[in-house]
Amino acid sequence: MIRPETEAELAGVIRDARRPFRIQGGGTRSVGGTGAGDVPDVLDMSGLSGVTFYDPGALTMVAQAGTPLAEIETVLAAEGQHLAFEPPDYRPLLGTTGEPTIGGVVAGNISGPRRVRAGACRDFMLGVRFVDGHGALIRNGGRVMKNVTGYDLVRLMTGSWGTLGVLTEVAFKVLPKPEAAACLKIYGLTGARAVGAMSRALGSPYEVTGAAHVPADAGNDPVTLIRIEGFAHSVTRRTERLKTLLTDAGEITVVTDPAEVRRQWRALGCAGRFHGDGGDVWRLSVPPSQAPGLVARMPEGTAVILDWGGGLIWASCRAGGDLRAHLGAFDGHAMLVRADDATRRALGTFQPEPPPLARISAGLRARFDPRGLLNPGITGGTEAME
Amino acid sequence: MDLPEPDTLILSRKAEIVARLRGILPGDAVIDAEEEVRAYECDALTACRCPPLCVVLPSTTDQVAAVLRACHDMRVPVVPRGSGTSLAGGALPTADSVVLGVARMTEVLEINYDDRFIRVQAGRANLSVSGAVEEAGFFYAPDPSSQLACAIAGNIAMNSGGAHCLKYGVTTNNLLGVTLVTMAGEVISIGGAYPDAGGLDLLGVICGSEGQLGVVTEATLRILPRPEGARPVMIGFDDAETAGQCVANIIRSGVLPAAIEYMDRPCIEVVEAFSGAGYPMCEALLIVEVEGSESEIDDQFTRITRIARALRPAELRESRSAEESALIWMGRKSAFGAMGRINDYMCLDGTVPVSELPRTLRRIGELSAEYGLKVANVFHAGDGNMHPLILFDANAPGQLETCEALGAEILKLCVEVGGCLTGEHGVGVEKRDLMGAQFTDADMGAQMRVKDVFDPAWLLNPAKVFPLDKSRAHRLAAE
Repeated sequence: MIRPETEAELAGVIRDARRPFRIQGGGTRSVGGTGAGDVPDVLDMSGLSGVTFYDPGALTMVAQAGTPLAEIETVLAAEGQHLAFEPPDYRPLLGTTGEPTIGGVVAGNISGPRRVRAGACRDFMLGVRFVDGHGALIRNGGRVMKNVTGYDLVRLMTGSWGTLGVLTEVAFKVLPKPEAAACLKIYGLTGARAVGAMSRALGSPYEVTGAAHVPADAGNDPVTLIRIEGFAHSVTRRTERLKTLLTDAGEITVVTDPAEVRRQWRALGCAGRFHGDGGDVWRLSVPPSQAPGLVARMPEGTAVILDWGGGLIWASCRAGGDLRAHLGAFDGHAMLVRADDATRRALGTFQPEPPPLARISAGLRARFDPRGLLNPGITGGTEAME
Repeated sequence: MDLPEPDTLILSRKAEIVARLRGILPGDAVIDAEEEVRAYECDALTACRCPPLCVVLPSTTDQVAAVLRACHDMRVPVVPRGSGTSLAGGALPTADSVVLGVARMTEVLEINYDDRFIRVQAGRANLSVSGAVEEAGFFYAPDPSSQLACAIAGNIAMNSGGAHCLKYGVTTNNLLGVTLVTMAGEVISIGGAYPDAGGLDLLGVICGSEGQLGVVTEATLRILPRPEGARPVMIGFDDAETAGQCVANIIRSGVLPAAIEYMDRPCIEVVEAFSGAGYPMCEALLIVEVEGSESEIDDQFTRITRIARALRPAELRESRSAEESALIWMGRKSAFGAMGRINDYMCLDGTVPVSELPRTLRRIGELSAEYGLKVANVFHAGDGNMHPLILFDANAPGQLETCEALGAEILKLCVEVGGCLTGEHGVGVEKRDLMGAQFTDADMGAQMRVKDVFDPAWLLNPAKVFPLDKSRAHRLAAE
């Protein structure tokens, strides 16, 4: 294990490296797995930690990559602000321990239920500093809201799972926490009717900040959840409007206790339903209206949760099964979030890309990390190693 | 502005190149007569002009691919062009280049209200994207001020913003997928009608790459339901500091205005003389627009005015009706036109952290006095995207040069206080040689590596974004 404490030290470590690394924040989202071959050294980023800049009036924060997410959330909460993309905590789902870090969240573009309205982690990123596979320090973006100076490597780095460089510092936009929240619950809808109701809610001007559907299980009725957040006056009014809009969908109850609304959406964001169920967990990004059809095609015994109005399907399938092969071609992609190492090696964490895209991705990896040092094998291919 | 010396071999092969392109496209889609290509010699950065070798206007993705394959084959540079509204010279040709215009690619290909997206050909004008979904109560959020004319292709190339970015984000936050043709003529589809394309965020790096990575021929865009209503409140202050404080306090309070626009005294004076909007004469005027139902707007006005009154504004006027809203917006919307009537001007586009606005404005005032040219400020305060307008007389000898020097100083100032050279217009040729103020060689090198992957021969819009000596050195080192 190598644990640099400065950017310069990290750059030196990478310049002098002879063996590949497995980059680790808090070790809580180890969904990448590794390819065959050398067991890589762990590059522990927890030594580069701390909020380096916070301007609540400009809605911006800068933090070193190894900063615990909890620390960031505490600092923001003291000013009544938060990360609007709502990064979910995967620890219970994956059975990992340790402290999630902001660098890990950014590297995985980890985004929760509010993504449907507010945007993903990548939409809140303003700037990055990282050390590439040559051992060079690169900066891109900055800490301002609008910036089109040069190419946007900020988004390229977000969600690159460490394969183009090791993040050392990230700058991002934060938002005020909403003053009030409410959640509409509609019981008994089929998947197709639920997606229809969610589309209507999301297509209304009431700025819905969460739309999810949990099908029936073990004696519980299916339930569709619609979240509204904002100023108290607005939440009250919009709740009523949405009830009217969705009146023909079914019987609607409303949760207004903020703690209860928070608990519900937190559980949804990390697929709480699948904790410890023994299945392999997949995350599919799809056009919402195609979600019911895809779910119907999944193997018998698959349990699902629909989030993002149907645009995100969480699926828990029999362990070892190849959901991608079973579904065949569809619009979107499927990521294997939880599985044992053998399954992960066999199926790959990420959906294989069509050849032209795979070639571009491999070209970028080859130029940013020519020696294949950074999280090799994490993307399923061996292109960076060759 | 330096452009590389044209390749004389290419110039001498003009007839052959044009003939090959005529073999691919219908007759009227290839323009090579000297007087006709002149229409493409510049974009909205009219100070820089250079007629291209010829112009092609394809109508389909396949035609674009065939043109690019041919140009790649013949090693001829290609300059992609949307509607030619770039303020940074993004579509400025070189004499040895083929301009590839997407102006004939304006079709709507698909609209889906359930999944909230529209798929269009990339030559379609920004405003007519919203126009296509208006009837159903939807709109496309990014709204650059050239939105009547500017094409989605150019919006994607420059990652365009607009007045409402504070709430709705810029192009990259509203782009779901593209069909991209590489310089080698390969057609690639990235992303689609689902959240977050898989793999590396190639969509993210293509957006804002100024037409240097590929030609976008189709785009899948997120559409949003229109808000129930919108009304502005106008707040005037006696000094820039307090106005800046007011902006920060509003943003912190949890109100998320759709827009916060800022005008300083020099701007107010010109605008008032032109439009008679009834603006108060003060040092700093804010127009804060919020959205929602009537009662929700009132609720937000209560919060905003409470914040503003605590700072003792010189003037505070809430719009109570559509007419009052129109009057408040009239002056702001006429600002650029009004300015153009009395002067030549150069419009800058740096962004600074919102908390640095007062300091930046003060320093711009000092620089303005030093250089002896008046600067008017009118900009999007909510996101710190400044648009200082340097007023000058193009006919007075030396004034353009003085203006450019002052502009460079102001942009460097923006970088110094933690901001950037360009917030929404792009680098193009205009800010190309200032890139070193913001980036190290390693920073630029990393960006150029991306170009190497998409366009190894550097044929696509090659003379833009990166200082010519830097791109030359980078390419030599790569060989």
